[in-house]
Amino acid sequence: MIEQTNAESHLLTVNGLTVEYWTRRGKIRAVENASFTLDRRETLGVVGESGSGKSTLGLSLIKLVPNPGRIITGDISLEGQNIRRMKDEEMRDVRGRRISYVFQDPMTSLNPVEKIKDHFVELIQTHEPKVSKTQALERANQLFRDVGIQEERINDYPHQLSGGMRQRVMIALALALNPSVVIADEPTTALDVIVQAKILDLLNSLKNRYGMALILITHDLSIVLQRSDKIIVMYAGRIVEYASSVNLYSSTQHPYSQGLLKSIPNIELADQKLEAIEGSPPDLLNPPKGCRFWPRCSFAMPECRTEEPPLFETKKNHLVRCYLYKDETNDQ
Amino acid sequence: MMGGSSTKKNMFSRLVPLLTSLARRGLAGWFIAIGLIMVIAIVVMTMLAPWISPHDPSAIEMGPPLSPPSSQFPFGTNKLGQDMLSRVISGGGIMIQVALLSVVICMAGGVPIGLLSSYTGGILDRILCLIMDSIYAFPGLVLAIAIALMLGRGVVNMALSIAVVYVPSYFRVIRSQVLSIKEMAYVEAANAIGAKGHTIVSRYILPNVIPSIIVVATVNFADAILTAAGLTFIGLGVSVDIPDWGYDLTVGRTLLTTRVWWVIAFPGIMVVLLALGFTLMGEGLSELWNPRLEQ
Repeated sequence: MIEQTNAESHLLTVNGLTVEYWTRRGKIRAVENASFTLDRRETLGVVGESGSGKSTLGLSLIKLVPNPGRIITGDISLEGQNIRRMKDEEMRDVRGRRISYVFQDPMTSLNPVEKIKDHFVELIQTHEPKVSKTQALERANQLFRDVGIQEERINDYPHQLSGGMRQRVMIALALALNPSVVIADEPTTALDVIVQAKILDLLNSLKNRYGMALILITHDLSIVLQRSDKIIVMYAGRIVEYASSVNLYSSTQHPYSQGLLKSIPNIELADQKLEAIEGSPPDLLNPPKGCRFWPRCSFAMPECRTEEPPLFETKKNHLVRCYLYKDETNDQ
Repeated sequence: MMGGSSTKKNMFSRLVPLLTSLARRGLAGWFIAIGLIMVIAIVVMTMLAPWISPHDPSAIEMGPPLSPPSSQFPFGTNKLGQDMLSRVISGGGIMIQVALLSVVICMAGGVPIGLLSSYTGGILDRILCLIMDSIYAFPGLVLAIAIALMLGRGVVNMALSIAVVYVPSYFRVIRSQVLSIKEMAYVEAANAIGAKGHTIVSRYILPNVIPSIIVVATVNFADAILTAAGLTFIGLGVSVDIPDWGYDLTVGRTLLTTRVWWVIAFPGIMVVLLALGFTLMGEGLSELWNPRLEQ
């Protein structure tokens, strides 16, 4: 039972979230009717290709969907409080302190004219004005040890650090106020593979130490499979599969998720042929009728073209939006 | 005179360590040091003009009109027989005052308006853009003349009329910079940590715009000198009997084709040196303040 549980019992509950971009050419539904929950010390992976709405989903959780986007319906509750009804002033307090965000590009996410230490002092003093500069710096030094950078580098300017170090700084900034949720939006796309693995492992170990929940947004299914507890697969603004990562890996159900899995290279299968998903994602201004994925789906049935499938709960902790599983519904 | 020389000595003894410390900061430091020396030298020369100029700069028929440089008149004389050397020594005062004042007024107006307009955007931005563009559409000198006509003579009025012409330059440069900086990830990140609007403008946007502001200010300064010269020439500046490089330049320009080069060359060189001094200082400062270029 993942969906429709009591909002009080989870750290973060998102229910029926729909986000639209109101452009001149029409309304684009970047996220449609998304529901999920997140508990303490849990990692949620959100996987999807560019334009699938995964970043919009992440940004809507701190109500920073860029213009002309707006949240149309849905409830977001954090520790029982409804974020959607919060005023700007309250929201500012949530950002950074209770939900923090690690951005995709560490190269441009730090203010080039401020030293690293000033970033920490500013962040801490924004939320806790009574903290003195020396106290803030002490905390920053502790965070630097936690993320594995030499303390003296705190006196550097952002451009004097490498990409991996900058992303560590971003993570340290995200943890500075001990938030309950950290959203990491493609935290490793701009980094090379070895640094990527280090950063992700760092995030995971810090998650446990600080007792927070982590939302890991990525286009790369392989990096979230082993590191997250549950995974949302998004396609064209829709959650197409929502399952625990064990379930998703052992019994992948949605044809799109299967396609994603087949495109991950496997070191043990030397002569494995990597398969790509044919075609390209739909234009969200004119999405296909019925299931969003049918034009690219090799299992498409007549009913897929006329009506969009609902989420079927095929077993415990496994939801899939595909007619192939409509008879396997797990009624409990 | 004794008191004057002792303060001068004091100033000088402070200046030397400043210059040597600047020179140690690489090319940018040298730029600032050289620019500073040039500007200070010109300012000091202008201030001491009553004592060091050989003749009265405003007295006519000191010698034969348009006499070329000689031992008696090292810079020659002009059409009225005034000593060019004396005029060069004492002619900078008005120009420096007007140029500095206009740059200060321009910055005080253009920078906040530019930041406000481009950061808030929307209708306000549209309206301000329209106003600034319509000011920009006028030829600078013509607009300055019109405003100077309304305001009347005087250093402050000259500076004001030049400032109005230059505010749109600051506005445009700041606006284009802010529009791109506003979209940078670090501004988005500042939003995501819950920073307030004024914090974002003052700590994230303004420091990143300062190098461009300095560049505009140096161009502004050089242009203000020339516009001030133009205003003086048509009689809207200060009184004609106050020696002024700009006035000499504009008057001397007509004589250039008749091989009378000295009436324009020497005041011209002074204007160029003054503008160059400020430009060097500006260049150096923008480089010194850019953390990306710090060693």
